[in-house]
Amino acid sequence: MAFFKRNRFLASGPKTSIPDGVWMKCPGCKETVYKNEVEDNLSCCPDCEHHMRISSKRRIEIFTDFNSFQETHTHISAADPLNFTVGKETYAERIERAKQQSGLNEALITGTAKLRGAKICLGIMDSTFIMASMSSALGEKFCLLARDAIKSQTPLVIFAASGGARMQEGILALMQMAKTADAVRQLNESKIPYIVILTDPTTGGVFASFASLGDFIIAEPNAYIGFAGARLIEGALKVKLPDGFQSSEYQFDNGFIDQIVKRSDLRDYVGRLVRYVHPNPPTEAEIKASEFVPKPEPIAQVPDETAPTPTEP
Amino acid sequence: MAEHILPFEKPLFELEASVEKANSDEERSKLLEQLAQERAEVFGNISPWERVQLARHPQRPRMLDFTGRIFEDFIELHGDRSLGDDPAMVCGIARFQGRTVFIAGQQKGVDTDEKVLRNWGMPHPEGYRKALRIFRLAERFQLPIITFVDTPAAHPGIEAEEHGQGLAIAQNLLVCSQLKTPILSVVLSEGGSGGALAIAVGDRIAMFEYAVYMICPPERCAEILWRDAEQKSVAASALRVTAPDLMELGVIDTILTEPNGGAHRDPDTAAASVSTEIAAFLKECDAGTWTLDKRQARFQAMGQWVDTVS
Repeated sequence: MAFFKRNRFLASGPKTSIPDGVWMKCPGCKETVYKNEVEDNLSCCPDCEHHMRISSKRRIEIFTDFNSFQETHTHISAADPLNFTVGKETYAERIERAKQQSGLNEALITGTAKLRGAKICLGIMDSTFIMASMSSALGEKFCLLARDAIKSQTPLVIFAASGGARMQEGILALMQMAKTADAVRQLNESKIPYIVILTDPTTGGVFASFASLGDFIIAEPNAYIGFAGARLIEGALKVKLPDGFQSSEYQFDNGFIDQIVKRSDLRDYVGRLVRYVHPNPPTEAEIKASEFVPKPEPIAQVPDETAPTPTEP
Repeated sequence: MAEHILPFEKPLFELEASVEKANSDEERSKLLEQLAQERAEVFGNISPWERVQLARHPQRPRMLDFTGRIFEDFIELHGDRSLGDDPAMVCGIARFQGRTVFIAGQQKGVDTDEKVLRNWGMPHPEGYRKALRIFRLAERFQLPIITFVDTPAAHPGIEAEEHGQGLAIAQNLLVCSQLKTPILSVVLSEGGSGGALAIAVGDRIAMFEYAVYMICPPERCAEILWRDAEQKSVAASALRVTAPDLMELGVIDTILTEPNGGAHRDPDTAAASVSTEIAAFLKECDAGTWTLDKRQARFQAMGQWVDTVS
């Protein structure tokens, strides 16, 4: 494997017969691994089980019951309240660029879904959209989702990920911490279960507001979770931080997380949790029906564009 | 302590010195007139970055300088009943014009020893938890809360993370959104990030004229977005950190005027304007117009976004 460890060589070798983007380096064990294999393993390293970031779209696929997700509140998106400009790019242009690049409307995707037969309200933060930073629009979407959960008497499940508050919205982004905390207050008063799953990375204003206020707080393994960024702390204290500082495991050891759950087990784990505290739990038949998974497309060992697309039975 | 003079204050100090040296009354009054004019000009055109500098002025009165002038008696209460006592967050019970209030706020420290003790006004989780304990006491006794914000930011440190800084701030936000007693928050100088907001979810938020309230220090914002900390003054303008900005954005309710040249030039006058604000707030509460819903609705309405449906 020594040959493959030299990623630079792979990327720059003009005569290489290996197509670009077939291999990748695992950020955990630094081994070079086959990309398809990683994707089949829910974006976890097949060697060391390191959990890599995944898109909100993929998250919906692997977490919810088949075809059950219905997106809501797509009409809410970010404004540019401060007319914020960095260099030549306005924040309004930055938002447009993020929308183009990610194909998303905001860093929080909201909707309704079924999880092992149980109705839930679901919010997923996607770090491909300006590092899933918290904007006014994101705060508003969170609050609308919380109200949906109250209205429909279904638990709220949030996959948290964030680089912090969105600086381009200045103080208004900071105020979203208070605003989303107030939405959690409404959930609490209505006795609606609120489950947070912390994923890589959950930091800053999101960690210091709604992401820390779950009735149940779960984390994926090896996620980066903390309030102040490690680089900031290192710079301020001029010390080397201990290994594993601000990891899921570290937060678990300090008592801030109920359980660290592998991505492959999340559906089952959260599914049980939701069912046990649900105001209207699913029937046995509904749970059974939720196990339906359509036949997966055959995994092509060699990419073949002429292969016929499988049709629904 | 030697007078600390900011670059933009220099011409004013020079003029003041020549006023003192003036040989005749006529010359003095002429110079005084010139000084008033110059001061109006300097402070009339003060930039956001200059306001940040004023807010961080080493001689700017600290929380305890204000409370000592405002309250008739102050009994400090220590400890979060869990891990320790955080000297950066000062909490207690105080008497104001013959009635009892609870207070909490960050104290930055005046000399080097005190700054170290107070961690430059950057609280640890223990500080937020102590404040939360005080808030709950106030609610139980149905007494109003006055908070004083003066912090650069939450403390970036290993222990602070280990003791659950994120959760501590989040819990303050949650509890303050349901606390059934009036809260007045006064931004004295520097309101920095979650460290400030953790004690600033109030029914009414007042802010000194030259105070700043911001999501993060302009230097840090410049470092991240401009990739150059030297762009701090550009960042300070872009972030809209000044009292008039925050008034326009609906984040604060009142701007407390400062004496000529800023609060540090005349702390008594500055403290008097805080007293007036507290008295006005308590009067409103007495009138029976206070309701918790208003605080909740206020924070629910925070922010600006695009809604393509409505």
